[in-house]
Amino acid sequence: MAKRTDDFKIIENKRITDDLFILELAGNEMLPEFKPGQFVQVRVDGSPGTFLRRPMSIHDVDYERNTFKLLIQTAGQGSITLSCATPGNTLNLVYPLGNTFSDPQAGQRVLLVGGGVGVAPLLFLAKHLLSIGCKPDWLLGFRNKERIIDLHEYRGLGQVFLTTEDGSVGEQGYVTNHSVLAESRYDRIYCCGPDPMMKAVAAYCRKNGIFCEVSLENLMACGFGICLCCIVCTVRGNLCTCTEGPVFNITDLKW
Amino acid sequence: MVNLGFSIGNLHFKNPVLTASGTCGFGPELDDFFDVSRLGGIVVKGTTMEPREGHLYPRMAETPSGMLNAVGLQNKGIDYFEKSLYPVISKYNTNVIVNVNGNNIEDYVALTERLDKLEKIPAIELNISCPNVKKGGMIFGTNLDSAREVTRAVRAAYSKILIVKLSPNVTNIVDFARVVEEEGADSVSLVNTFLAMAIDVSGMKPSLSTVTGGLSGPAIKPIALRMVWQVARAVKIPVMGMGGIMTWSDAIEFILAGATAVQVGTATFIDPQAPVKVLEGIESYLVQKGFTDIKEIVGYINRRV
Repeated sequence: MAKRTDDFKIIENKRITDDLFILELAGNEMLPEFKPGQFVQVRVDGSPGTFLRRPMSIHDVDYERNTFKLLIQTAGQGSITLSCATPGNTLNLVYPLGNTFSDPQAGQRVLLVGGGVGVAPLLFLAKHLLSIGCKPDWLLGFRNKERIIDLHEYRGLGQVFLTTEDGSVGEQGYVTNHSVLAESRYDRIYCCGPDPMMKAVAAYCRKNGIFCEVSLENLMACGFGICLCCIVCTVRGNLCTCTEGPVFNITDLKW
Repeated sequence: MVNLGFSIGNLHFKNPVLTASGTCGFGPELDDFFDVSRLGGIVVKGTTMEPREGHLYPRMAETPSGMLNAVGLQNKGIDYFEKSLYPVISKYNTNVIVNVNGNNIEDYVALTERLDKLEKIPAIELNISCPNVKKGGMIFGTNLDSAREVTRAVRAAYSKILIVKLSPNVTNIVDFARVVEEEGADSVSLVNTFLAMAIDVSGMKPSLSTVTGGLSGPAIKPIALRMVWQVARAVKIPVMGMGGIMTWSDAIEFILAGATAVQVGTATFIDPQAPVKVLEGIESYLVQKGFTDIKEIVGYINRRV
């Protein structure tokens, strides 16, 4: 799929927690076939301090309505400006960017591990997995009860296990502390979240010989392989997260 | 029709817009967004004799109206370039220019000799201004004797068009332009990035793994413009202007100041079509102003002063 740049109309801007919101965007032309794990580069207009685009992974796609969603965390000026975007206005995107997750083999047991805004690419992935006959489980970590997103849709796709750092919901601790991992019943884990979480999950998978892919969120300038800024150190040398990733098999990473 | 073409020595460029090294990959990275052959030329990623991994992450930081980079000349080396990249990029119907780097004069000369043999590479850009390497790079470009020496050695080894890319991190950039002109450079391109830094306040550490990096983007444009104006008045060889060009209007400023051509760099990170939009804008501007040849406006402000 060729990369391109276009304006998209903002259909909805929905706040889902104190620091997370979902933008639903509609294309003027028919959407290309997006793949789970792929991302877009969003130009943030109206934020003088935001010079570069912001990479955002594709959260969900509705081909019938020709729309897709971005799940965004307010962190700096760029995302705060985006959080104020009003329906009817447009967003300029470079898309679709990056690679995708590999498909599991038939009958493999799959776990999706996400932390905070890291669930963004996993919802789209879960829907894809179901479409190829794989029903995943979820292991989701949040800081506390207030940070948990509405999990209704997630529960509809697979069984959900939860952790919170303060124990206010689910098991207390980090995702790697959850009892479901102690049972080691999965063949394949897909993970996206903060770096320390992904590194801990990668360590768990290495120890237990579990196939694992992680979706990285490195700082980027361009998003399509010309600036060489978003590199990750791999067994194949320094690779661009934007073109060789953002999804990497942990056996490639020098973590 | 407007004539946008110009020449450096015997090398014709169909228009004055090129991509800047380090901001266009090797060209194919931009194929999805526009036809690279529409440009006057592309200056591909800095190349060295040996493969280089570049610096550790993080090597980029966003700054007000700009960004810092400390990529450190990551590239796969000349062997890979000749074998895997050259066959692909030599198909472009435009001037493909290689940005040449080395640790020492012998490196620069060895690489130059290899490139001299590549038929479809009509010019090199001698990079004596990379602020992100410990050896070579800016060390040559911030000392007049070294700049002279490396230019002389490369000139002797290279039969085609030699462009020297100057560093702005000097007291008087004009002196450097004059020295490389004396040593036989066919053109100078300026400016490379400004040595700069940023600090992550919450983490209480430098934003870049290397502490310092090169600043690019609109933040540097007024300084780059001033330097291009100074150099263009001081040398006879054509000047390629760059530094924070985001729009056609920015490019026109450089041309009015005396640049024969411009290179679009960091802008492409934000708008992958920036180089071709700059080109279209320059053409429209000339039509609107009633000029028939871009040469009529090169250094225009100097004629009126």
